[in-house]
Amino acid sequence: MSAPAAKTEGLFDCREAWVATLEALAAADDRIVVVVNDSVGSSKLNSFQKKFPDRTINVGIAEQCMVGVGAGLANGGRIPFVSAAGCFLTGRALEQVKADVVYAGFNVKLVGQSSGVAYGELGPTHHSIEDFAWLRTLVNLTVIAPADAWETAEAIKWAAAHEGPVYLRLSRMPVPNLEVANRVFRAGKAELLREGAEATIIACGTTVHRAVAAADLLLAEGIAARVLNMATINPQDEEAVLAAAAQTGAIVTVEEASVRGGLGGAVAELTSAHQPVPVERVGFPGFVPTGSVEWLFNEYGLSRDGIAAATRRAIQRSGR
Amino acid sequence: MTLTNDPAAKIRDKALWMRRRAFRMVFEAQQGHPGGDFSATDIMATLFFGVMKYDPARPDWPDRDRFIMSKGHATGALYTVLSAAGYFPEDWLATYMQPKSRLSGHPNRNYLPGIETNTGPLGHGLPVATGIAIAGQLTGAAYRTFVLTGDGEMQEGSNWEAAMTAGNRKLRNLTWIVDRNRLQQGAGTEETNGLDPLDKKFEAFGWDVALVDGHDAAALLQVLSAAPGDRPRAVIANTVKGKGVSFMENKANWHHGVPNAEQFAQAMKELV
Repeated sequence: MSAPAAKTEGLFDCREAWVATLEALAAADDRIVVVVNDSVGSSKLNSFQKKFPDRTINVGIAEQCMVGVGAGLANGGRIPFVSAAGCFLTGRALEQVKADVVYAGFNVKLVGQSSGVAYGELGPTHHSIEDFAWLRTLVNLTVIAPADAWETAEAIKWAAAHEGPVYLRLSRMPVPNLEVANRVFRAGKAELLREGAEATIIACGTTVHRAVAAADLLLAEGIAARVLNMATINPQDEEAVLAAAAQTGAIVTVEEASVRGGLGGAVAELTSAHQPVPVERVGFPGFVPTGSVEWLFNEYGLSRDGIAAATRRAIQRSGR
Repeated sequence: MTLTNDPAAKIRDKALWMRRRAFRMVFEAQQGHPGGDFSATDIMATLFFGVMKYDPARPDWPDRDRFIMSKGHATGALYTVLSAAGYFPEDWLATYMQPKSRLSGHPNRNYLPGIETNTGPLGHGLPVATGIAIAGQLTGAAYRTFVLTGDGEMQEGSNWEAAMTAGNRKLRNLTWIVDRNRLQQGAGTEETNGLDPLDKKFEAFGWDVALVDGHDAAALLQVLSAAPGDRPRAVIANTVKGKGVSFMENKANWHHGVPNAEQFAQAMKELV
């Protein structure tokens, strides 16, 4: 598996892939409905609403009701995609996500829009950087953060076909398409983007293409770093993480999320128990100051150079 | 038990059995919420033995009427009514709250047939019931959805979110019953965070409203079997917490009080 990954020309808003895929699925399966909290526009669902007005259930600005209604629709045999800004979907309605969806085990698809720090200057009230930590503790909830438009479409198709609760964490941040030969989406499995034996960079969502750029930079310095796209945060691909720890001896995690309890936390929990190696966690330390998305990514090291620096630190700590 | 064709008499017999059996569960487990079990018992007996269509052999039957127990702590009432309805054997009731029992302190649909959704935290039943009713509306299904909430739990804002949604969508297939015993865990509802006038609140949210004595089987039967109108229906069932046992009635401390041997024996003497 030495498939090359590189930026292509252009950046893509993955919400386009989300809505095109959902419309195609809904056209083929009338059980698919969407539930929103006045978020038709921000979820890019205007054309879905035009095509399927009865199947667009807008409860208004009422996230607890929205998630509960999703569970009820699943009880009634529908396949609901509950779509709202990630911060409100997971924060405001966390108990409904826990009790009504995951503990009850309903076939509900939760879709967090504009997650991470996509709302930039609007600040931490509108950022969704805690969601990985909150939701990863709900063992039966599959949590997926796609890295590009292709993976977004594949993850939505997978979620629709999967019987059980899913959280899809989407972004409005334009990202390039990863170029991977013979690409197949496998939920729960890491995707190898760069082979390397000196460290492993494990990234998800919007940070994956930056991790690839960091690995390319490091390779030019003579450091070969493995890159894994860990789109599925929960359940964790333990085999891939433990193999990375054993074979490369140093790990960097990169996520557009809090460094507490998310992807980095999951990797640290696993490796500390079974294959202890240095783990550098790249992400946000907590509430962040006002700034643009790009500024925030650069300031907190979620950049090519920041990830490369974290990788050098991890290798240094490993003492190999 | 009396042999009779009077549907209200049958409901009263079932309710009596439920109270006696639920109180034995609470006594044996030395845990539970008997005050709220007893205020809800007649409502639930009426739904299961006079109103709802369901088939305990097919708990996933798509066209079944749904009952959502929003006051999930009242598992004494819920488990006894489901057992009496034939969803599971009566001897399972003896495992109430034992380690790994299917009869958890709060209901889990994955453990027992007949449970429509997991509840326990308050304010969850009505939004879920609203979603079930919307699914019925979308598909043109004939089923009705009944949700039972406590009254104290209406202090949870999520109920009012769902009340607005159901009212605006004219979910005529949805019936919301409020177990209006006027007591919550620690004190009276009106001295805690008052709910009255409930009927006017429901009307303002777009619901038909009915008031009923929540312990009168004949009256409950009439209200709950009535054909749906063009809007969702809220039934305010005036009840007594701890109904049926003299020393429990209208006592907030029997919310999660448990009986000693003397109290249990006394209750069994009264519940006849």
